[in-house]
Amino acid sequence: MIHVRQLEKSFGEVQAVAGGDFDVSKGELFGFLGPNGAGKTTTINMLTGLARPDAGTIHIAGIDCSRNPKAAQHLMGVVPDESNLYPELTGFDNLSFCGSLYGMARRNREARAKELLGRFGLAEAAKRKFAGYSRGMKRKLTIAAGIIHSPPILFMDEPTTGIDVASARQIRQLIADLNAGGTTIFLTTHYIEEAQRLCGRIAFIVQGRIVRTDTVEELMRRTDGRHVVQFAVSNAAADLCDVIVGEWPSLRCQAVADGQIRVESPEPVRVGPLVRLLEDRGAEVSEARKLQPSLEDVFVEITGIEAGAMKQEKDKSGKGGGA
Amino acid sequence: MKAWIAFWNILAKDFRAYYLKPPNISWGLIFPLAWTGMFFVRSGAGLDSVPVLLPGVIAVSVLFGTTSLLSVTVTFEKKGRSFERLLLAPIPLELLMVAKTGGAILFGIANAFVPVIFAAFLMDIWVINWATLVPAIILIAISSTFLGLFIAVSVSEVFEAQTFSNFFRFPMLFLCGLFFPLEQIPAWLRPLSYALPLTYGADVLHTSVRHVGSMPLTFDFVLLAVFCAALFAVSLRNIRRKWIA
Repeated sequence: MIHVRQLEKSFGEVQAVAGGDFDVSKGELFGFLGPNGAGKTTTINMLTGLARPDAGTIHIAGIDCSRNPKAAQHLMGVVPDESNLYPELTGFDNLSFCGSLYGMARRNREARAKELLGRFGLAEAAKRKFAGYSRGMKRKLTIAAGIIHSPPILFMDEPTTGIDVASARQIRQLIADLNAGGTTIFLTTHYIEEAQRLCGRIAFIVQGRIVRTDTVEELMRRTDGRHVVQFAVSNAAADLCDVIVGEWPSLRCQAVADGQIRVESPEPVRVGPLVRLLEDRGAEVSEARKLQPSLEDVFVEITGIEAGAMKQEKDKSGKGGGA
Repeated sequence: MKAWIAFWNILAKDFRAYYLKPPNISWGLIFPLAWTGMFFVRSGAGLDSVPVLLPGVIAVSVLFGTTSLLSVTVTFEKKGRSFERLLLAPIPLELLMVAKTGGAILFGIANAFVPVIFAAFLMDIWVINWATLVPAIILIAISSTFLGLFIAVSVSEVFEAQTFSNFFRFPMLFLCGLFFPLEQIPAWLRPLSYALPLTYGADVLHTSVRHVGSMPLTFDFVLLAVFCAALFAVSLRNIRRKWIA
């Protein structure tokens, strides 16, 4: 459905996208995962015709969009990273207007607008101006506007960023339902858990480069046979890591936060000797818990970006929304 | 057919959201009336001054009505990113921008007739050559709107749109021959006068209302049309260069 080869885009000295290659199959939910400024929005802008690539080719449903981006726009729905509907129009009028931009006849677009308002739980707010909607309602209406013309391909840029947890959950369910209904979805996010839950395949993008593209199962396979235990300790975590690795060189130990150390091993971790060693060294161990390796670990391993940096992105981008 | 559905709905949406809003309607009425009253009192020539003042007031009403609203609405939508929705619509950019500017053009034409209606109570308006006045008003509205579009594409903030508009509007008013005949403008400034679309619009307005013009009507209309086409083409090029970069 979407074929991208050697896509490049620079803004002055800054290379936003550097030689990206990827394919998205019909009916797939494809995730584009990376921190802010990684090139996700620039990629979506080039795919949808809002930006011109410096180099490379984009084919969508067989149409060469790098030469004629307008030609495929009737096949696309776009949900931008900001809820950018018209504040002075009501929810219903916004949807009806967006339908008209795709040539929908009045009767069709009004019927579809009513259907979507009901489906997104916004029927009661249909006659209220968009400016008066809550952030979560704005996001839902923006998604509804993106699918008003029932596009076979939907581009969603950070759909759950900056909204409360309940709304984010609802939106993730809506995305899953849309995909189950056959819509091909290209989703960018910096929420690792969101990508893991929703997407069939994921591309990791860092500083404009796609560093790995694979199915979630394949990516997670990297964590097979890995055992992780996290300890909450009273002493300086970094010093204790040196003690552990000095005693058991086959273990990997990392101070992940203040008073938190994470021990990794290819074999099941024996907690008793570890706790005894730490207590012998004067540390008070208040908790030891086994961690299930996550996509976050894979992301950190492949990209070299610490999980903390991605968490900071969440904090910077507003409240809630986390998966 | 599908593109025309988008066209009419963009136009209708803009009328509903901007041009038919009570503040804009009242501004569209009060502004021309204020200019008319101001020049009428200032001239001190009584009713005889009405035909002399009418072309200038028509032009001012159109120029300010179109440039103000279009540059502000486009900049506002660009800033709020709702303009991206239009750029993502599967319709040609040319048709999209004609739809987007159509509301301001019609608003400018409506503004032009406020002083004309006002003048109907003070002078014999049947001396006016309507066959040239109406097309002149339409072309002035189109060229002023496209000037507003050019301004909107050149700035990024709403307040910049207003200040940048004035950079064009006020010199244009004093150099286009509406209030001072071109012959009274210093020779070194006159080439600038001939580089302004309103100079040719003003000439047609003077010819239509007072039957005195300094250039052939056909020449005026051709030049106005050329300015319209050039401003639209430059604005489209700038949109492609700056907004679809």
